[in-house]
Amino acid sequence: MENEFFFNYDTMPDPMDRVDGKMKVTGAAKYASEHPVEDVHYGVLVGSTIARGVIKNIDTKAAERAPGVIGVLTYLNSPKVPGYDAGGNPVKGRTTGQPLRVFYDEVIYFNGQPIALVVADTFERAVHAASLVRTQYDAEKHSTDINANLDKAVYPRGRSNDYTRGNADAYKTAPVKIEAEYIVPVEVHLPMELHSIIAKWDAEDKVTVYDKTQGVKSTQRSIMQAFKLPEQNVQVYAPFVGGGFGSALRTWPHEIAALLGAKKTGKPVKLVLGRDQMFTMVGYRPYTIQKFGIGATADGKIIGMSHEAISQTSTYEEFTEGTVNMTRFLYDVPNVFTRYKIIPLDVSTPTWMRGPGEATGSFALESAIDELAYALNMDPLELRLKNYAETDPEKNRPFSSKFLKDAYQLGADKIGWYKRNRQPRSMQENGWLAGYGMSTGTFSASRGNASASARLSADGKLVIQSAVADSGPGTATVMTQIASETVGWPANKITFELGDSSLPPGPTQGGSTTTSTEGSAVHAVSVALQKKLGELAIKASPGFSNAKTEDLVFDNGKVILSTNKTTTVSFTDILKHNSLNQVEVTSDSKSLNDQKYSMYSFSVHFVKVLVNPLTGVVKVNRAVSVADAGRIVNEKTAASQIIGGVTGGIGMALMEEGILDNRYGRWINNNFADYHVPVSADVPDIDSLFVNKPDPIINPMGAKGMGEIALIGFAAAVTNAVYHATGKRIRSLPVTLDKLI
Amino acid sequence: MQPDQQPPCPHEENACDHKHDDRRTFLKKSSFLAAVALTPAPLIKAAEKKADEKIAAYFETVPVNLEINGKQHSLKVEPRTTLLDLLREQLDLTGTKKGCDWGQCGACTVHVNGKRVLSCLSLAVMQDGKKITTIEGLASGEQLHPMQEAFIKYDGFQCGYCTPGQIMSAVACVREGHAHSEDQIREYMSGNICRCGAYRNIVDAISEVNKGGQNI
Repeated sequence: MENEFFFNYDTMPDPMDRVDGKMKVTGAAKYASEHPVEDVHYGVLVGSTIARGVIKNIDTKAAERAPGVIGVLTYLNSPKVPGYDAGGNPVKGRTTGQPLRVFYDEVIYFNGQPIALVVADTFERAVHAASLVRTQYDAEKHSTDINANLDKAVYPRGRSNDYTRGNADAYKTAPVKIEAEYIVPVEVHLPMELHSIIAKWDAEDKVTVYDKTQGVKSTQRSIMQAFKLPEQNVQVYAPFVGGGFGSALRTWPHEIAALLGAKKTGKPVKLVLGRDQMFTMVGYRPYTIQKFGIGATADGKIIGMSHEAISQTSTYEEFTEGTVNMTRFLYDVPNVFTRYKIIPLDVSTPTWMRGPGEATGSFALESAIDELAYALNMDPLELRLKNYAETDPEKNRPFSSKFLKDAYQLGADKIGWYKRNRQPRSMQENGWLAGYGMSTGTFSASRGNASASARLSADGKLVIQSAVADSGPGTATVMTQIASETVGWPANKITFELGDSSLPPGPTQGGSTTTSTEGSAVHAVSVALQKKLGELAIKASPGFSNAKTEDLVFDNGKVILSTNKTTTVSFTDILKHNSLNQVEVTSDSKSLNDQKYSMYSFSVHFVKVLVNPLTGVVKVNRAVSVADAGRIVNEKTAASQIIGGVTGGIGMALMEEGILDNRYGRWINNNFADYHVPVSADVPDIDSLFVNKPDPIINPMGAKGMGEIALIGFAAAVTNAVYHATGKRIRSLPVTLDKLI
Repeated sequence: MQPDQQPPCPHEENACDHKHDDRRTFLKKSSFLAAVALTPAPLIKAAEKKADEKIAAYFETVPVNLEINGKQHSLKVEPRTTLLDLLREQLDLTGTKKGCDWGQCGACTVHVNGKRVLSCLSLAVMQDGKKITTIEGLASGEQLHPMQEAFIKYDGFQCGYCTPGQIMSAVACVREGHAHSEDQIREYMSGNICRCGAYRNIVDAISEVNKGGQNI
């Protein structure tokens, strides 16, 4: 399929400011817990203090007696969730197993599991009352340490997922080989907005929620299934979402808990998780151990690679991700073996976090490539280029588009890659060791189903609607631009409405697919609107009565007759001629299942670090990241995604590590003082560059995804730079100074 | 401590509750009796409607006078209520954000008497007589503050949740004279976490405002 591109690359206007920018800088934007709801009460969750066992006794009397308390829910008195009893929990993401059923029974699966909800008339009273709940347990021996349970590693669903191309052991007999183990610890999403929900039962069988979710439709479906409600009886609002990075892709137990609290007490319930609860109740990136083997000829042709990953999941669900997948296709290697296993532990279920799978896998692959380059005494970029995959070696088919070579070149030139001294520990700046490193990232690109409506009013206002959420990338802005370009209508007269489950179905914002999926629907409805306006012009506008639809040209808010170009009519005049106040159309855009192409976005990261030789302090001094993500719709918001991914990558590389006290299965550093994320002083000037060449297959915009590739690979670029600076290879993230001194 | 035991209550559990009950009971009784002495009939009816609870709650609150965004507020607040929760939950000034509640993220930054303060670590009762400025009070009507304009121009945010705190800190950073170089800005803005990672753009925005030299 060849698409016609509507963007003229040369005449693309300056990137538009965010359409919701003013609301965000004035405090007018309302996030989940901020919507005014009359008589709202406050819910506070109590978590278990053991990691495995059963509740023997839970005493809520003191909490119930506390001032302002109108209800305390536990498994003993909670309203039933009809979906729980229908065999399995319908509130699930794409994991297998039994998602946690909140307040269902006495069984404890992890430390911090919600076991009670206190509802009171003020937040302070609810917090106090929650502290009065007393619980006795029959504890069982728990296992939360992945390294102590390696013998329990299993294939997900009990089925082998081993992948072999050629000879799995080929790398072992190569002239130059590397074998190493890489560790990525638990990382936690920690969006700045705490996960929050306001749940309000409008009737026995009708509910409204304001929720932090990356998918209003998926949340609506989860609630429908849990409470056996028809679609029109579940209304979900999420007009602003304060970040997610994957943590708001699923419907979690605290959301059902709020719905139960509201049902039990008859009052709307607002529930805001504490920052500590963000570590136990809304997922995290799982701890993963990777064994990597790679071998090459003396001149740098990679003969074979072997990539095995062992990751963690909970005892009640199997969470999996594509940790080893990119090893199969990123380089043109004849012999490849991959294996992926998980270990069930007494912890909460992990979930997709920015760059799920690949962020972890790329650390091993792109570190190993760097190690091999030094073993070969070869430039790491040259090694990558020598093994460049022009076509997908895994599926034996072309890429829909791949301009990774362009990206390598752009980045290398920008950071001055070839000007460095390639020898490790050879460069210094003001007494600090200096080093350069690079890496590659990739993530699948795709297009799913979506719908959108467009309504043009006689006053010239165009409203586009779709039930998509925007957790930060700038979806409303980009959709406004796509509509503006396609319809030929000024962006300042267009409003894109989202975050409301009653609108035409939109996708969940995840997996770097929103611009592709939602943009295709907006493009389709924009074209449909033009077509409708054309029909109306023929019906009633002067000079068009005998025109055929194929004779109509749409330009800059006008319909023009191609057979007589002086015959034109503006869109709003068409409405007048037809005595219409408005015209509305709705369109569906279908998912793309093109088996002829492999579709991926690519990124390249170049990093310069400074390492203090005395203290081991590492500073990322400069970063250049280049995205091959197809056509860039808005360079400003796209650049923000890149610098955001780089910032997340600095965290992953240098500071982020969720630490569990395995004696209790409890988080030690569950707050921002102890779990370190990058702050302004940690982040240097970042150059964000784009290849900006359209993908001809994926969608009418030619745009691929951006969110994941901004992060994927970055951590390896940092550790590779640290190696260049110091001669020390750090294979266990994060690179804290104790590992360097 | 065994893994199956929860940490013991710092106080003797019953004593704890007892003490609490006693105090409330005393408040209820004394306030109720005092009220009965004044105007018996309506208040006895009120008591039947659990007004004694409300009266007790009344005595548990403390009067506070605040000027918030130029507007005077005479309020009665619980001593344990933070300035942040007062703004968000009682005054519907939700522009000030709760990101951690423990003074670790900066999302709740407001100005108290012109200085940046973490409202989650400030009890409302301690602000008596002070002038509070929140993000809602920064613009002059429709005219955005230069820092707000700069954040839009440089795309100094993505999800927007940390943004009010960033902007309130940024304005203070310039006023303090801590925005003379990019490194200085980075240092003095490091109390405000942005998980979307917009720091580069935030630094650019603050630099521009500082260079603009306007009286902000």
